Amino acid sequence: MLKDDDRIFTNVYGWFDWGLDGARKRGDWSNTKALLAQTPEELVEAVKASGLRGRGGAGFPTGLKWSFMPKEVKEKPHYLVVNADESEPGTCKDRDILRHEPHKLIEGCLIGGYSMRAKAAYIYIRGEFYNEAQNLQAAIDQAYDAGLIGKNACGSGYDFDVFLHRGAGAYICGEETALLESLEGKKGQPRLKPPFPAGVGLYGCPTTVNNVESIAVVPTILRRGPEWFAALGRPKNSGTKLFCISGHVNNPCNVEEELGIPLRELIDKHAGGVIGGWDNLLGVIPGGSSVPVLPKSICDDVLMDFDSLREVRSGLGTAAVIVMNQSTDIVKAIARLSAFYKHESCGQCTPCREGTGWMWRVMERMVRGEADVDEIDVLEEVSRQIEGHTICALGDAAAWPVQGLIRHFRPEMERRIAAYKAGKPVMPTAQAAE
Amino acid sequence: MPKLTVDGIEVEVPAGSTVLQACEAAGAEVPRFCYHDRLSVAGNCRMCLVELEKAPKPVASCAFPAGDGMVVHTKSDLARKAQKGTMEFLLINHPLDCPICDQGGECDLQDQAMGFGSHSTRYTENKRAVTDKYMGPLIKTIMTRCIHCTRCVRFSTEIAGVSELGMLNRGENAEITTYLENALDSELSANVIDLCPVGALTSKPYAFVSRPWELKKVESIDVMDAVGCNIRVDARGQEVLRVLPRLHEDINEEWISDKTRYACDGLKRQRLDRPYVRKDGKLQPVSWPEAFATVSDRLKGLKGQQIAAIAGDTVDAESMYALKRLMTELGSPNIDCRQDGAALGQGPRGGWLFNTTIAGIEDADALLLVGTNPRWEASLVNARIRKRWLRGGFPIGVIGQSLDLTYEYEHLGAGAQTLAEVADGSHSFAKVLKTAKKPMIVIGMGALSRGDGSAVLAQAHAIAETYGMIQPATVDDDGDTRPGWNGFNVLHTAAARVAGLDMGFVPGKGGADVAGIVAGAQSGAIKVVYLLGADEIDTDPLGDAFVVYQGHHGDKGAHRADVVLPGAAYTEKDGLYVNTEGRVQMGFAAGFPPGEAREDWKILRALSEAVGKTLPFDTLVALRQALMADHDTFAAIDTIEPAAWGEFGASGAVDDAPFTSPIENFYMTDPISRASKTMAECTETFVLRRQPAATGTNG
Repeated sequence: MLKDDDRIFTNVYGWFDWGLDGARKRGDWSNTKALLAQTPEELVEAVKASGLRGRGGAGFPTGLKWSFMPKEVKEKPHYLVVNADESEPGTCKDRDILRHEPHKLIEGCLIGGYSMRAKAAYIYIRGEFYNEAQNLQAAIDQAYDAGLIGKNACGSGYDFDVFLHRGAGAYICGEETALLESLEGKKGQPRLKPPFPAGVGLYGCPTTVNNVESIAVVPTILRRGPEWFAALGRPKNSGTKLFCISGHVNNPCNVEEELGIPLRELIDKHAGGVIGGWDNLLGVIPGGSSVPVLPKSICDDVLMDFDSLREVRSGLGTAAVIVMNQSTDIVKAIARLSAFYKHESCGQCTPCREGTGWMWRVMERMVRGEADVDEIDVLEEVSRQIEGHTICALGDAAAWPVQGLIRHFRPEMERRIAAYKAGKPVMPTAQAAE
Repeated sequence: MPKLTVDGIEVEVPAGSTVLQACEAAGAEVPRFCYHDRLSVAGNCRMCLVELEKAPKPVASCAFPAGDGMVVHTKSDLARKAQKGTMEFLLINHPLDCPICDQGGECDLQDQAMGFGSHSTRYTENKRAVTDKYMGPLIKTIMTRCIHCTRCVRFSTEIAGVSELGMLNRGENAEITTYLENALDSELSANVIDLCPVGALTSKPYAFVSRPWELKKVESIDVMDAVGCNIRVDARGQEVLRVLPRLHEDINEEWISDKTRYACDGLKRQRLDRPYVRKDGKLQPVSWPEAFATVSDRLKGLKGQQIAAIAGDTVDAESMYALKRLMTELGSPNIDCRQDGAALGQGPRGGWLFNTTIAGIEDADALLLVGTNPRWEASLVNARIRKRWLRGGFPIGVIGQSLDLTYEYEHLGAGAQTLAEVADGSHSFAKVLKTAKKPMIVIGMGALSRGDGSAVLAQAHAIAETYGMIQPATVDDDGDTRPGWNGFNVLHTAAARVAGLDMGFVPGKGGADVAGIVAGAQSGAIKVVYLLGADEIDTDPLGDAFVVYQGHHGDKGAHRADVVLPGAAYTEKDGLYVNTEGRVQMGFAAGFPPGEAREDWKILRALSEAVGKTLPFDTLVALRQALMADHDTFAAIDTIEPAAWGEFGASGAVDDAPFTSPIENFYMTDPISRASKTMAECTETFVLRRQPAATGTNG
């Protein structure tokens, strides 16, 4: 269990002042000038050494991502874009950073921006986060007033601006290139890659898009030293992480923990255990709606980090742990996710536009058992036809929950089909959380 | 130059190529829907997925840059499976109504489903239905068939330069639509029909008319403007059913204007299908011999000076040449092909051509438009200007009307006054021209067909000389020739005009031009006027002159005529046309003229015999040989030779009146388009409705 000393987000619950004074008491903005005295290369190397992996879902090493930016600023300025469009169902970690720890994010923007020679940071915040945007804007204004950002930020001689942009509520705008399109004022549709944003990003300029959490942890990592961060967690999965535990637990919560903590320990220690006890557990979606569900047998001893979860054919994603006990209608729950992805598909490319609707319709029938057993295989194949064939990862995200369901809960699906054919259809027992 | 291996074949492709282009170079067939050579890459249909070794998943070949050492498989299991999967997705919500779909037989989806799809569907849910959209009188929409490739959206925003078309909504609710159900207001709009890979956008006038395999396809040349677009005429029997573009990189690429495409239904209306002679004030049908006899009777005893001929805007070069020869035989110097009175035809050939060439626009770096609205006078020239403008670094100045040309320009002024300022260097745009390396000027009929046309032309000539628009070819020390640059351009509006000027269909010594002929007819000095397809002059003041009209439509000329000799329209005869660049092109007949109408050169040949001045050619080949012997420019089919340059125009006083384009209604400019029902609908939709509505209190 993570020691209190090692916590990065000490005000994640908002018990203390989120403003500049409170943040300074917690160590934010402490001698930032000294950090900025290092060269950008040194800072990137330090972040690389810390082993920090992107907290937005894909887990790409943050330092490596930064190093893709051009080494010198040519005629086009560099930009840092912070993805605060947290929309993944089950995920609510960035929200708490934005409203309770905004200065960590702003300081991270400055340091991260300096490391990639960016002229400005754009924070694209989810439109529904109205109060969070208010807090963040207030914090940005405080930082400007205190000379921490803007001209000669922190007295370092480096000019850096931070802009806040509110989105309009589309899930797809959390995809980095769709976010850039949206930020440019266009329809939020993912771009083709290559070119990657580090080459051609916002307004055609070199851009790095990072998750809120990835950026917000950077100042603490650099202050305490990359070795400290790397020592936490497991090899290649180092550091701490905010976990969002929701669903059938006694005490749903956000909690910062070491990567690699056993799932059971995470739920039992921080969320007050599964409602009805561990044995009442049906399954867990360990990383937000887009990763495959895990049955209890795997949940018993799986560790919560990128590589451990990949080994069991799921993923850490955003570390949004959705716990479902035996009262859950698992088929209906996954069908609800299929409906979500069908609704949020941007419609640009064929497999996702057509496939998400197809999967959802079959899933709705699967809930009632109104299908043939063969159709489970068709469903699986359709999900494979979407996966990896689309412009962005939304196609994958739509396919994985269905694949997870078929992989681990096929008997339940077959049972329903048999019951329906026998004239005794299974009535959905519980509503999936809307 | 990256080297790749595609299906085991090693190919080298130019840097910047995509994997798809490399596959094509290797002869591998990769299916695609959204990809199009001339549009930006969207990569959204996902049909062109191929296997790329070392890539974790199949890549969209249309969007993936080709790199050195890549190993690509287009027919591997992985690639085939990905393509088959995409095809299945495309078809689940496609209505499969091929038997009643106008795209049937020429449908990309149909063809590729045969090549890359499955034999049956696994989709058992309800299919999606989409409300059809209104896109104007030309484009019929069946949006349920749409596969969202966005080719139409990209064409209209990128090439046509209008923003009415776009994709609304999200996911499976995404729909291609014109915002607020507007008609797609572009003179190039119907090209989206050709681009649409399915039957979502089809031709409204052609709906349910025919199947592609029933049509006879003839390659020809368009005469609706002076661009000389390459077209394919599709006919069933004697009926021309549609006109489609044909690829010509240097002229129209693969687009045509809506008028070129849709005026063809005018070929069926108002046709002259038998000779007529005016008797007792009314045109009465007669036989050919009687018609000829009437003309020859009338010509008997007349001096050459008492006869005149005017050639129209859409006639072929051969018949103009035959008429010119006949007039020479009759001793008449009164011939003219410039119905609008444009001050062209004197001096070297470079003085009346679009010397830069249409493709050459892409090399220019500054442009001055004078008295022209290229969007309506030569839509494909305008599209080329826009293409060049999109690349950037292309300042454009306009003297004349301030109209929406689909690109940004600086409106310098309205008339000749501004032109003079640019010529003497006092205007700020003069600096732009001066610093440009390859500047060009385009002068239109709006500036040249006025009383002061010759003076305006002289000013344009001066500008061309002053600002380095005329750069002769040079030979450097190594003996290599550096091509020259001629930035002086005349933008014609009449398909026949350049051919007429090239063969000297202008007044001979002491002869009268169009204005002189009309005045002569009014005063009685000219007794017989021969109109060869000339419908754009004011026929009222022709007085008591005896008018012979030879042409294909019962338009203005035929109404005034005393003898009507029915000729052939451009789709009914083989003929040579010279476009505004001076490019000679050959059109071919797709059918026969209706009824007793005949090809025009044959009529003139027969008439010459009737008047006792038999022309010395019995076949079209012999006529062409004579034409080419007299005027060697006609022998160079589809090639451009730099034209001679020299002095032309005459300095003189210029009028202060603003330049106005001669075309007030793009959709009706000649007898064929005026007879077209489709063009009438376009006029109603795009021209009349745009004019301020009558309020009832507006006088």
